[in-house]
Amino acid sequence: MPQNGVSQTQDLENRRAFLGKFASTVFAGMVMGGAAVKAEEVKKPLQLPSQAPGGPIQPELEYEDVLVRMQRELEAAQQRGVTPKWVMVIDTRKCVGCHACTIACAVENKLPPGVVYRPVIEEQIGEFPNVSWRFTPRPCMQCDKPPCVPVCPVGATWKSEDGIVDIDYNACIGCRYCLTACPYQARTSDFGDRWTDGTPGQGKMPYEELPMFEYGKEWKPEGHKSPVGNARKCHFCRHRLQHGLLPQCVTSCIGRATFFGDANDPNSLVSQLIHKPNATRLKEELGTEPRVYYLV
Amino acid sequence: MSRTVGWILFAILALVGVVGVFLRFTSSRDLAAYGSYIPWGLWVATYIFFAGLSAGAFVVAVLGHVFGVERLRPVAPLALAIALACLGAALVTVWFDLGHMERVLNVFLRPHFSSMMAWMVWLYTAYAIATVLALYGLWRGLPSLTRIALMVGTPLVVFYPGAAGALFGTVVAQSLWHSPVFPILFLFGGVLSGIALVTFATVFFSRKDKDYTDRVWLLGRITLGLLLMYLLIEWAEYSIPMWYQVGHEFEALMGVLFGPYWFVFWIFHLSLGMIIPILLLALWPRNPLAVGIAGLLASSMFLSVRLNLVIPSQVQPQLEGLVNAYRDRRLSYTYLPTLFEWSVVAFSVALAIAIAYGVVWFLNREKKLEVTQ
Ligand code: SF4
Ligand code: SF4
Repeated sequence: MPQNGVSQTQDLENRRAFLGKFASTVFAGMVMGGAAVKAEEVKKPLQLPSQAPGGPIQPELEYEDVLVRMQRELEAAQQRGVTPKWVMVIDTRKCVGCHACTIACAVENKLPPGVVYRPVIEEQIGEFPNVSWRFTPRPCMQCDKPPCVPVCPVGATWKSEDGIVDIDYNACIGCRYCLTACPYQARTSDFGDRWTDGTPGQGKMPYEELPMFEYGKEWKPEGHKSPVGNARKCHFCRHRLQHGLLPQCVTSCIGRATFFGDANDPNSLVSQLIHKPNATRLKEELGTEPRVYYLV
Repeated sequence: MSRTVGWILFAILALVGVVGVFLRFTSSRDLAAYGSYIPWGLWVATYIFFAGLSAGAFVVAVLGHVFGVERLRPVAPLALAIALACLGAALVTVWFDLGHMERVLNVFLRPHFSSMMAWMVWLYTAYAIATVLALYGLWRGLPSLTRIALMVGTPLVVFYPGAAGALFGTVVAQSLWHSPVFPILFLFGGVLSGIALVTFATVFFSRKDKDYTDRVWLLGRITLGLLLMYLLIEWAEYSIPMWYQVGHEFEALMGVLFGPYWFVFWIFHLSLGMIIPILLLALWPRNPLAVGIAGLLASSMFLSVRLNLVIPSQVQPQLEGLVNAYRDRRLSYTYLPTLFEWSVVAFSVALAIAIAYGVVWFLNREKKLEVTQ
């Protein structure tokens, strides 16, 4: 917010300065009566400000955009040679409920209907006149004690070293035991539905033929091949992390409400945020130790 | 006459079933009503239903051959045939439920023994082998083999319904399942329904020798005892979470008792599956017809118990408001099995009948035993 405030004030300043200069030129023309005013002479005093408009007018208030900071920290975490401890922090006070993350995630992972990794739960709190609205984006919590992992009869899902709970689509038999075991209902089953099913038109659309890259592999949509028939869930965009990119929901959050980083680095943004008294986790009482924190 | 009617009914069942299975393979699971918020539906309930029937039937053979209940010995072949048939139906039904049916062998190739499901599969396999060996012993006239197989099968028949109950009971996230009573409920439910089924089969399909009435009486008494015992455990299952009328479990169970599918509990389970059989068995213990009908009701209506064990816990949302966060027919908290799902169940029932009939027919033809009429 302060950032927006600053840039608005700045804009206003620039505009004022410009109008002032413009008005004085016109005024000068007027008092000079019928004397011809040469165009070059009018332009001359119009000096563009040395700083780009929108830049800070008070440099001491200047700070790095959190996205830039998280990107920098992501690169640092990956170069430190220590396995990072990935965590996500969601500031519910900043979330405006635009659902951009839900959609960005669906696009990134080419999710079919009925498969969703990060829905945003909306709840009305209270009644008029004392009413407010709460938004809770719900990715996979990447629990440190994930109840979904031990139930798998074939060991097709596990907790990896960096904390992300992975699924091996090629091993999963589609029993959906893990779906029943997740207390956050973060897993959904891919039933092979298509967005164009039952719609008039030419059948499959080009975007339905595109591959996706979950877990760093290329998955082409073909008939009943995996991930159709499998359990699916958020994986903090592991394939993007492998390429030094932040998870798609973080990048696409218009309110800068979702943060991501390495909790092993005490100076990272997320480390600072998760140790605040207003940081909480969903269903803490179950002891699943989620890696997703909410600021309330 | 009744034989012809039986064949016609079987043919209809099999036909419906074949259509269902055909659809299962061609349209995948498009036509099923379960989804991601209620991941397990009718097929899982049918699976535990048949698994329980199998265990109970096996117990009859164990009583005859291991515990020396002489009067039950002659029905052991019939009981084992039913045990094998129901096990086959159970496994086929749950196989149809998998998202990747072709990967079913992964449970043997890469088992993950922290999972109750892996344990259950392995226990089933051992149990299936014991059942087949016991039948083989009967066929080849090797009573000691039968006896040993049944002895080995005895602990298995306790553990695998228990493991099936634990499969649900260990799931922390599901408040209605997560109860220590679940494995016990599954064990007694299985034994009750299976013995009831053997009672029914004994009354209507076994040879009426001189012990017939006594045997039917005994099976009826056992069924009656188990029915009463099951009611007692069920009272614990419902009364403990509901007593103070507060909490998630209370609400979920209120849904079972007075929600849109109240009749599953009150009509199919309690009236047809419990009270009427109890009355029949208590009032006419020596009337084979009454005992047979009681057996049929107590066993077949047990599917309603299985449905009420599997579904209601999942109907409770894990996170309030999730259902409105992203709309899809697979992301819903209501579930009613579709005709397609029922047709696949028809296939399983037809398969069970075919296996049981086939085994009995084979044993009879071999003249090793005179199992049925
Ligand atoms: S949120 Fe659910 S799916 Fe994700 S790790 Fe935890 S239990 Fe598993
Ligand atoms: S659905 Fe797949 S990942 Fe989940 S428990 Fe079954 S086999 Fe494991």
